[in-house]
Amino acid sequence: MNWTGIGAIYSFEMARARRTLWQSLVAPVITTSLYFLVFGSAIGSRMSQMAGVDYAAFIVPGLILLSVLTQSIANASFGIYFPKFTGTIYEVLSAPISPLETVVAYVGAAVTKSVVLALVTLATATLFVPVGVDHPLLMAAFLVLISTGFCLLGFVIGVLAKNFEQLQFVPMLVVTPLTFLGGVFYSVATIGEPWRTVTRLNPILYLVSGYRWTFFGHADVPLPASILVMAGAILFPLAAIVWIFKSGYRLKN
Amino acid sequence: MTPILSIKGLRKAYDGGVEALKGVDLDIMPGEIFALLGPNGAGKTTLISIVCGIVTGSGGTISVGGHDNRSDFRAARSMIGLVPQELTTDAFETVWATVSFSRGLFGKPRDDGKIETILKRLSLWDKRKARMMELSGGMKRRVMIAKALSHEPKLLFLDEPSAGVDVELRRDMWELVRKLRADGTTVVLTTHYIEEAEEMADRVGVIRKGELVALGDKAELMRRMGQKTLKITLDPPLEAVPAGLAAWSPALEDDGHTLCYRFDAHADDTGIAGLMRALEEQKVGFKDLSTHQSSLEDIFVALVHGAEEVA
Repeated sequence: MNWTGIGAIYSFEMARARRTLWQSLVAPVITTSLYFLVFGSAIGSRMSQMAGVDYAAFIVPGLILLSVLTQSIANASFGIYFPKFTGTIYEVLSAPISPLETVVAYVGAAVTKSVVLALVTLATATLFVPVGVDHPLLMAAFLVLISTGFCLLGFVIGVLAKNFEQLQFVPMLVVTPLTFLGGVFYSVATIGEPWRTVTRLNPILYLVSGYRWTFFGHADVPLPASILVMAGAILFPLAAIVWIFKSGYRLKN
Repeated sequence: MTPILSIKGLRKAYDGGVEALKGVDLDIMPGEIFALLGPNGAGKTTLISIVCGIVTGSGGTISVGGHDNRSDFRAARSMIGLVPQELTTDAFETVWATVSFSRGLFGKPRDDGKIETILKRLSLWDKRKARMMELSGGMKRRVMIAKALSHEPKLLFLDEPSAGVDVELRRDMWELVRKLRADGTTVVLTTHYIEEAEEMADRVGVIRKGELVALGDKAELMRRMGQKTLKITLDPPLEAVPAGLAAWSPALEDDGHTLCYRFDAHADDTGIAGLMRALEEQKVGFKDLSTHQSSLEDIFVALVHGAEEVA
């Protein structure tokens, strides 16, 4: 393994995050704060508890995931797309570093950013509402797994994208709506049919539910189902990446 | 001596059906400066890109220092430094950071002293804290070279090093290439500037439409391919070539002031003596004579236009 090479890409990516601290961290924190002001304080104070949890606290895990899912894709896709766009990718391609190592470096850096973002968002949330975490280790583990899945997905998007618009497409038009409809702001138990069944087709519901379980011990769907979806969220993009590197598609032609 | 780079039967067909390389065989010897000449689109950059691992070839084998560039890509690529044609840089990175990054990427442990030496050698030391976007084109080119040298490659590729470069930087670069060679680095440069190949290279290869159409020692190639031209300054000028000189088929140039005769300098009979006698007989007056060795450029033009093919 070329650990030095992995470290070089990883540090480069982390340095880029520090340079763009505003976009990477400050903007999501402000957005999350606004959600708490609107949904937590303004609306939440008029709402009864949701699934036995104070409403403002109930939405915290979902809001964290909302940031993590979109930012994971955004960070990881930009990280690999930008060198492709500027042409600096030539150096990575010509370096004695394997495709696997390249993925580890880029995705590893993106996952780190997502985890930091999640923890900062959680810390921000506790300023508005007391949030307890029932299973802190599992909470951290789920966070890392979910981030990994979506960073891998972001990497795939970054490799396949032909322009900046395509980079935005999945996070803006697929992941954000699905996350909103994935029970971030409500428990599936509170909505009627046929939407309850429709909601169950949304994979992000399983992620939100599983992640919320680590906080409050309450889940909308069985925990093993959530873990299965998490595994799928990692394996599908991973398979796509293996195929991309095997075929050289859009990286080497 | 075993070649540091051995290319055998290298082919590349792009998806669109364009055949960029049609079976190129090429050996580069350690310590030499090799110039790959050819017009735009001949396949020079494709060749380099495949050797460096940026583009996947469609057939053939490449070995760098005895390491296959696919099955043993780590060892092969570690030996190679590449300065691409395009100035592609991370605008927000500092010179120091980007050159250090390159060293790390190639798996070499951090060595600030080494980076310092390289930056100083390329007159970049004062700019080490400058961001890439603050640099001029020439400075960026120097940084690209510094990046390629950061991991101390044995084989350096310079793809069109003179493109968009001023005279001073070009001279600096030639100087640097000579120093690198003195240190034992092998240099392969692509160019469509003949003077660059003539100035720098030990050996020259000419590539045209994906095929290596000439390959050889620069001086030998020039001798082999070279024609000489005898220029006779006429006094008084002529309106037409006299019929008695038709056997030499000379050309009348410069409004009839110059008579040009092309000959093969290595032939047993160059025809010059006969031409001189014929001029005397025809009573053609002249006041000056000069011979001119055709340059690599002439050879190149002849090759590229397919007038003459030498394997």
